[in-house]
Order: sequence, then C-alpha cells, then structure tokens
Amino acid sequence: MSDVLDRPDTDEGLKVVGTRPIRPDGADKVTGRALFGADLIMPGQLVGKVLRSPHAHARIVSIDAKKARALPGVKAIITGDDFPNLADEFHDGGEAASNLRDLAMNVMARDKALYDGHAVAAVAAISTAIADEALALINVKYEVLPHVIEVEAAMAADAPVLHPHMFTQGLDERPSLPSNIAKKNKLARGDLDAGFAEADVVVEARYETRAVHQGYIEPHACVASWAADGQCNVWSSSQGQFMVRTYCAKVLGLEISNIRVTPAEIGGGFGGKTTVYLEPLALALSRQSGHPVKMVMSREEVFRATGPTSGGVILVKLGAKSDGTLTAADVEMKFQAGAFAGSPVGGASMTALACYDIPNFRITGWDVVTNSPKVAAYRAPGAPISAFGVESAMDELARKLGIDPIELREKNGVKNGTKASYGPTFANIGYLETLAAIKNCAQYSEPLGPNQGRGVAAGFWFNVGGESTAAVHINEDGTAVVVTGNPDIGGSRASMAMMAAEVLGVSVEQVRPMVADTASIGFSMLTGGSRTTFATGMAVVQAAEKIVAELKRRAALIWDVPADQVSWANGAAICQDEAKGAAKPLTLAGLAAQSARTGGPISAQVSLNAQGAGPGFGVHVCDVEIDPETGHVTVLRYTAAQDVGKAIHPSYVEGQIQGGVAQGVGWALNEEYIFDRDGKMENAGFLDYRVPVASDLPMIGAILIEVANPRHPYGAKGVGEVPIVPPLAAVANAVSAAIGVRMRDLPLSPPKIRAALDAKAG
Amino acid sequence: MIAPADARQFTGGPAEFDIEADTVRRLVSELDRRYPGLGDWLDRRMAVAIDGEIHQDAWTSTLAPDSEVYFIPKIGGG
Repeated sequence: MSDVLDRPDTDEGLKVVGTRPIRPDGADKVTGRALFGADLIMPGQLVGKVLRSPHAHARIVSIDAKKARALPGVKAIITGDDFPNLADEFHDGGEAASNLRDLAMNVMARDKALYDGHAVAAVAAISTAIADEALALINVKYEVLPHVIEVEAAMAADAPVLHPHMFTQGLDERPSLPSNIAKKNKLARGDLDAGFAEADVVVEARYETRAVHQGYIEPHACVASWAADGQCNVWSSSQGQFMVRTYCAKVLGLEISNIRVTPAEIGGGFGGKTTVYLEPLALALSRQSGHPVKMVMSREEVFRATGPTSGGVILVKLGAKSDGTLTAADVEMKFQAGAFAGSPVGGASMTALACYDIPNFRITGWDVVTNSPKVAAYRAPGAPISAFGVESAMDELARKLGIDPIELREKNGVKNGTKASYGPTFANIGYLETLAAIKNCAQYSEPLGPNQGRGVAAGFWFNVGGESTAAVHINEDGTAVVVTGNPDIGGSRASMAMMAAEVLGVSVEQVRPMVADTASIGFSMLTGGSRTTFATGMAVVQAAEKIVAELKRRAALIWDVPADQVSWANGAAICQDEAKGAAKPLTLAGLAAQSARTGGPISAQVSLNAQGAGPGFGVHVCDVEIDPETGHVTVLRYTAAQDVGKAIHPSYVEGQIQGGVAQGVGWALNEEYIFDRDGKMENAGFLDYRVPVASDLPMIGAILIEVANPRHPYGAKGVGEVPIVPPLAAVANAVSAAIGVRMRDLPLSPPKIRAALDAKAG
Repeated sequence: MIAPADARQFTGGPAEFDIEADTVRRLVSELDRRYPGLGDWLDRRMAVAIDGEIHQDAWTSTLAPDSEVYFIPKIGGG
C-alpha cells in the first residue's frame, strides 16, 4: 500500500527512476543460490570457535591452553596475547571514528572480561566437535568482580568501575576519580528558566527503554586465509568490506595492502554489522595454523557478544502556552554504552528536539559504560530512544492542553528556515507535509472501538553522504555493468542499476549491478547511515554521465562531426549536424561493437565525497487493541508518512519504512535484554527474545512525501533510518490511550499492561 | 561560525566567531592559528553544516561571504 505525493519537477522525462522493476538479486535469494557469509567453503578449511567469558566482570588471572593444544585435530589457539596493544586513539574506519584500543579489546579480552560473552580465547580445529572439545579444555582462571548493568547504577559514585583510566569528559572541571561516565554532552539555547516561567502548562516525566538487538537474521560469519607470503583474504558478511579491511589491519598490525576483503551477501545488518568481531580472530587463527579458518556465530553468541543498542533513561520536561506554543524543553538522557565508551547518546541529543522550533531548551546526554556487550549502531542510532521520551511527552502535553496531537506538532514543527536544535538552518525539508499526510490519511479518522487506542509520533534523522566509488563498464554488446563498493542491504543494486539506466537511456535489465571486493573497486565507506543511494548513487550517475560523454565523442568520430554536434537520447547518439543529413542514430550496442576502432573499451569510474545529504522526517499513526484479560497488544492499523526526497525504487522505499516500523514495534512491545543477578543474559535466542513476525503485524501503510534534495541528481534522500524513530512512542501513545494509563517504560509486554490495569483498578 | 561547547577546551570560552575564509580548509586553518589544536580536533571529530547542509571531511567545500557555518559531531548511522 502506498501513496506518492508531491512528485518533484525532476520527474519530468524520467523513464526508469521512480518505477518498480524486479530486483536484480531476487532470483538468487529466493532460490538459495546467493552466497552468504557462512556459505563459502575453502580447501583445507578449519573450524574456528570462540571461548567466551561466563562472567559479567572478571579479571583474567591466567589462561592455560596446554591440554587443548595437545588435543588431536587442534591446529591453533589464540588469546589476547596474540594481538598488539593499540593506542587509545580514534580512527576512521566505518562511518564514524572508532577507538582502536577499545575495538581490539572488544574483539578479544586482555586483562579483564567486561561482559558475559566477551571473547577470551579462540581455537581452530579440523571439526566443530574437536573445536568445542578444545574450548572445554582451556582453563581460564577468573577473579570475579562486582558488575553493573543498569545505567543509573553504573553512574553511582560507589559503582564498580570498568576502566580505571576513564575520567568523565565534558565536565567543566576534570574529575579527580575515574568513573563509568565516559562523557557528558550538552546542547542549549535561550533562557530555560524564562521559558518555563512563560509556560501555562508544564509536563514532566521519566521514560525508560531497554537494550535491544538489531535482530538481523544472518549471524556473523566469515572465512579468512593468511597465506605464507603474508597476503590475507577475508570473505565476510558485513556492511562494508573496506571497514573490515581497515579494522583487521589495525587490530592485527598489518598493512592494508596485504588484506583483500570480499563481501558476502548480507542477511541484514541494521547498523550491527558496521564493526568487526570474528574477522580478526579468523585471520589470527589462520596465521597460526596455516589453513583457512571459517567462523560462524550461533544465535546465542550474536546476542551475548555483538552490539545491541543502548537501554536508556530519558527525563523530559516541556512547557507550553495554552494555545500549544512550546516555550521551553529540558531533556536529560542516560545511555548504556556497554563495555566500552560510545553509546549513541550524541545522536539522541542532536535529534531529540529536531522536529520542533523551541526558543529555550537544554539537552543533556550521559554516555555510560556498563557490563554488557558494547553497543553497536542500530538504525538512526539513539534517535528512537530520545524520540520515545520527547514524543511521549508531546502526547501528554497535547492531552493536557486538549489539542489534537498532530495540530500541536504542526504548531511547533520545523520548516525551511528554522534553526535546528542542533545548530544549522533547515532547508528543503518536508516535515509539515508528513504531518499533513497523516492528518489526512484514512486511518486517522477511522472510528475506534472498546479497548482500542490511537497514537501519533514524529521522528527525524540527518542522513549522511561520504566517500563512494562507482564504475560503469560497457560490454561488447552494449549492455552495462555497474560496480560499487557497497554491500546491498536495502536494495542498492536495484537503485544503482536504475540510475545508470536512466542516464544511459537503456532499460534497467540491460544494466547488471555488482558489489566488488576491496581490490576491485576504489574505496567506499560502508553501507549505513542511509548513505548509499544518495552518495554511491551520485558516483554511479556521474560515471554514467562520463560514459555518455565518451559515447558522444566516439559517435562524433564516426560521423566526422564536432562532438558538440552529437546529442544522446533513448540509448543512442543523435547527429545534430545538418550537413550530415538524416544520419541514422548510433545505438549503445552499435557504438560498443565498434569500440576497438574508436579508442578501446568504454569504461568510467568516479570517486567522490558526497556532501549535503538531505535530512528526513517521518510521522506515524498507530492503532492498537488491548486484551484486558491477558495484557496482549494487537497492532490493528499502522500508517507511516516520510519525506524521502525522491523514491528511486518506490517498493524498496516502502520496504524500508515497513521494516523500520516492524523493528520499532518490537522495540516498543516485546524486545529487551534480560540479565540474571550475575549479569548473564537470560534470553539469548529468538524463542525468548521476541521479535515481531508477519502474523503480529497489520499491513503497514507507507506514504511517500517527495520533497526533492537538490544535491542529488534525482532528488534522493536517505530513507532507512527515519522509519524506526517514531514507532516506540507511536505504539506507547496508542497503548496509553487504549488503557487510560500512561505507559513510560518499554517494552510494553503483557505483564506490564496487566500490572498497569490492576493498579488503575485499585 | 559556531563551534560546539566542547571546543571551549581550546578557546577557553568563545564558541562563535566571524572569520574570513572561502573554504572549509582555510576556515579550519585560521581557527587552528588562533587556537592551536582546535583545527585538528575539528578535523577529526566534527562535521560542518554550511548554510544548513551537512558536509563531512570537506576541506574543499566552499563558503559564501555570509555563510552560516556550524561544527557539529560527525554523524554515522545504522
């Protein structure tokens, strides 16, 4: 289900962009031919397995692997001693800089295990059974230490300290004692006290979320081979083969030129595959054993040892005049970072109030380390958590004021020329259009029945551009190949082929998109941040334009006319020189057939650093029904409107929106990391960690608002992050309306609903 | 141009400046000349929003005479 509104002028004359061709990777995926991370088998390959800490916080006193090494079939055993100690410095490898020391210590523990599941050793053996037996023979002596997982407990002065070298940054004065608080950040504008004094109505509340996993279906998997001459090959499932290359080189102390990384097909990432876990271990095991080593995580390992996103506490205070005009906002957020600093509280802070024009505000964020897996990016990192607090508070404010929740947002919503809460001035945004689309959609006026409720929420994400490379090659028969360095997570093969076909003037079926390894295409930042269709798409368009320029030059050569007398349309060169009379157009196929005589193969590559990715906004409406007996929540109807710039392939854009909503609904209703009193995760599997399945959800309506981004040739904006931002609050606002009790603590699982209903009944 | 609050560690207080520069590189160089260390810190940690558009690692991005320039933390995504 989809409506497309406000098509921009760029639609004029488009033949491929904006259509819905069959995806080029579809046949391989539905027939099981696509090669995912675990599918590659190499001659002589060993099985790699990881020994993980059973303790949430423990000093590693000693590791004795003698018995394991003596086991027949064991070819290699590694521990933290097999890796160099890296400096405490940040390095650009993925999208944002990572602390190399922390990255390396997360891959393999050194002196301390910092969470249940932290890798402490790894083995390579000739079979899985022998590898498992070897792990059991490794004797690790631990000194168990007190642990802390809840964020506010970790901030307490008497909390067990994870890192004695960590002193809180961002304070006015450097603290004298180490702390689990890695950093405080702050954004502010205006006079907060005056703003609240001006308010007729104030709402103030505390909201909480739990750590949730990205929940990609494909576990982490790789094969690595370290040859005798030092040349390394890695095949792995990730969001960026260049990211894997950079981080492996750093963690192992290698030259980048000695590593070639080939991207496998990826079975979901959502930000969780923007770092490395297994690849450096597999390489180290391969170096020691002399064999290729394959490593595949179990689902339990994925939960225990790879990045979820933060659980958080969000304190929100909003002030408004009686007509709904916001006068002040105070937002404080405390985020779990997991075992190493770097929660997404920075992104949460910058997005918290980005939908609103508020003259006086203060946003404070705390990044806090805890004895849980180091968090990794998850779609629009941090924004869903802050939006849950702010959008819930906006709902509370609307009810207190007796104003329709969309009208309250329209009254205070940002538009072109508004100075964003994070600083710059907005341009080419479509927030008010998304609000109007939801206000006018059929669902918003659908009558509600008993035990039913409706919730509205908005969301924002910046989107990014960045470095990308793309090549276009013309085959001898006039078909084309588009090569990029970005794994296809959300449909980038289709969008790249479509944009190239549009420029070349051919059908999309004549363009074959490929994802190349690190030795076969120039550098590209990873696939994430909703950057690929924007940034890599820009490189593809420019490369295709270079091809067209070259084809026109060659046609001019054939016709013996000046190049400016040749135009290009519908996949053919057209002679404009009247002296040549009615020269028959030279098709792409015809020019390709003569390429040897006109200068050789026809090929172009473009590398760029794309700037000016347009920000995106989304507004969602959710209808739910509560079973008062069980506390179960049924999502009855859901519609999401989003400013997408220009939908290159509308079906993929709708899919991004529907997927983001599904994940957000799971975050709101069911998903959470549950730890026992020893800090061990109790629900490390999909039976106990409940993600929504198709039968849990209605058809999710997607309304595409197209406010073009002038920086992109076809107006595209990133679309993958925004749709996960509003659902937490949209669902919670709907549930709160349905049961008449404000629900501020996610997930809204049946026991919590029942408890709220019981409390209400007295 | 406006630098984030964290820049105070270099500037000792001021976070808003009027600077003559026609590219991001020249802007950062001038800031580093005034406040040694600030330029490198901005380069490594910050993106720059020029008249509302976010640019990252953008030395060659050009500035108009009345450009509004904000340094904001680099942005990633999922």
